[in-house]
Amino acid sequence: MKKIAPTLIVAAIAVLPLLGLSTYILHVLILTIMWSVIGMAWNLLGGFCGQVSFGHAAFFGVGAYTSGILYNKFGISAWWGMPASIGVVAVFALFIGFITLRLRGPFFALGTLAVGVILRVTAENLPDVTEGNLGIMIRERSWVDKTWYFYIILTLAVLVFLLVKKVVGSRLGYYFVAIREDQDAAESLGINTTYYKTIALCLSAVITGLAGAFYTNYMGYIDPKVVFALHDISIVVIMVVMVGGVATFWGPVVGSAIMVLLAELIRSIPMLGAAHLTFFGVLLIVIIIFLPNGIIGDIPKLKRLLGIRKNL
Amino acid sequence: MTPLLELKGISRFFGGLAALTDVSFEVRKDEILGLIGPNGAGKTTLFNVVNGFYAPSRGEVFFKGERISGLKPHQVCARGLARTFQVVKPLQRMSVLDNVIASAFLRAKSKAQAVQIAGEVLHLTGLYDDREVISKGLPLGKRKRLEIARALATKPELILLDESFAGLNPTEQNESIDIIRKIKEIGITIMIIEHNMKVIMSISDRIIVLNYGQKIAEGSPEETRNNPLVIEAYLGEA
Ligand SMILES: Nc1ncnc2c1ncn2[C@@H]1O[C@H](COP(=O)(O)OP(=O)(O)O)[C@@H](O)[C@H]1O
Ligand SMILES: [Mg+2]
Repeated sequence: MKKIAPTLIVAAIAVLPLLGLSTYILHVLILTIMWSVIGMAWNLLGGFCGQVSFGHAAFFGVGAYTSGILYNKFGISAWWGMPASIGVVAVFALFIGFITLRLRGPFFALGTLAVGVILRVTAENLPDVTEGNLGIMIRERSWVDKTWYFYIILTLAVLVFLLVKKVVGSRLGYYFVAIREDQDAAESLGINTTYYKTIALCLSAVITGLAGAFYTNYMGYIDPKVVFALHDISIVVIMVVMVGGVATFWGPVVGSAIMVLLAELIRSIPMLGAAHLTFFGVLLIVIIIFLPNGIIGDIPKLKRLLGIRKNL
Repeated sequence: MTPLLELKGISRFFGGLAALTDVSFEVRKDEILGLIGPNGAGKTTLFNVVNGFYAPSRGEVFFKGERISGLKPHQVCARGLARTFQVVKPLQRMSVLDNVIASAFLRAKSKAQAVQIAGEVLHLTGLYDDREVISKGLPLGKRKRLEIARALATKPELILLDESFAGLNPTEQNESIDIIRKIKEIGITIMIIEHNMKVIMSISDRIIVLNYGQKIAEGSPEETRNNPLVIEAYLGEA
């Protein structure tokens, strides 16, 4: 049962568009799956390898702009941004890793935070490349209907899920967790910590960039304030993972479902505006206090709280 | 024959403090070399220099004839020199088995092989029955042994043990002595820091004594025990 559960869940999600869902619901599903992808990416670096990034918007934005610029400057389909972003983001992440990965703990977090902000400011001030604050509009949309976007992001999510599982169960995964638990011990056990942290960062960044490239194609419009946003991207992805469960396989999926639904709910309340951030903040505090390991990480505790005890 | 490990004129300063001053000695293949000295004598610092955590301020370290001072700890480990930590550093949220698998990967070609190496090492160190325990929950005695197990899983030729006996009760101490003898039997050379005189005198082939960062004596356990400088260093401490 445990073995086929993921297949069943994916199959159930895959048939959803056939049920004639409204465009809005499909949109919410697409966002949820996209955030699962970003969450899984962040989790690989932050959850398993212990390198907490506050700047994942940088990778998301670079992926998004790879797509946007290919379309805008080179006149080719923005979909080419997905394969192209892999190379672009990998090289970018190598560079960022070279600078930030010598920092440890909170200093790494601050370093990545700075990277995200620097990228936003750069994108705003390079109108020749990025169109600056005007942003880039993809005028020829591939499909009006959302079904294909849904299947594209679902495919990406399934591939990323499988990749994360594979990586975590392998030598790489053991090294990531060893580095998270004690970098000095890992180093003295023969693990080249700088090298493996760089791999974790590149993997995480590339997956995040793919989601960014998808975002450009799906939304049809990007600007620096959106795709390089500290609070709407870098912080939200941390919340997705923390709410769902750090260093778990399903945590990012559950976390993104909750966060996207919550964001939509709050958005439907009129006159609230940016106050949705307050709600997120409160939610995060509640989660940290009551479920420090996230929903997936604290399943036994949740069961106890809800009175569903496992029969012994 | 070149010695397995050779320290040539090692000094290490921390600001104005000389933690090690001009220390030279060698470790011969297949021996158990004891390293003793009062608290703060520089023993742990010496391990940190040998294993690459600190660069020596002066002097050089050679392992199997190759200069290793200047290499990173992971490079030193890959060359066959493993160490344990006095202040244990278990990978807390990993099981005992996973701790050892993580280090076994250094030599293993596959995960199956890493699991196999880990199993052997856990049997050797008597931790096999605790393999599923999350290492955060291990009692100190077993955490000390986990340090040894992890180091062994990297298949070293030389292992540096930093106070592996401290804090153990007499039963655990005897178990650890057995483990160290077994390690020697499988052909691994050992350098061990230990405070317990009875233990160090009974297992060491030779002993080096440090005091205030300087080597004050070197010789057989018998010679060391009767060396007036050593007696003075230890009396001075008390
Ligand atoms: N990283 C460091 N920075 C400053 N001083 C240090 C550092 N490491 C060790 N020392 C100092 O070096 C001396 C030797 O310490 P140590 O090697 O730990 O002694 P031992 O292991 O023999 O008890 C001590 O005075 C200690 O305070
Ligand atoms: Mg010490």
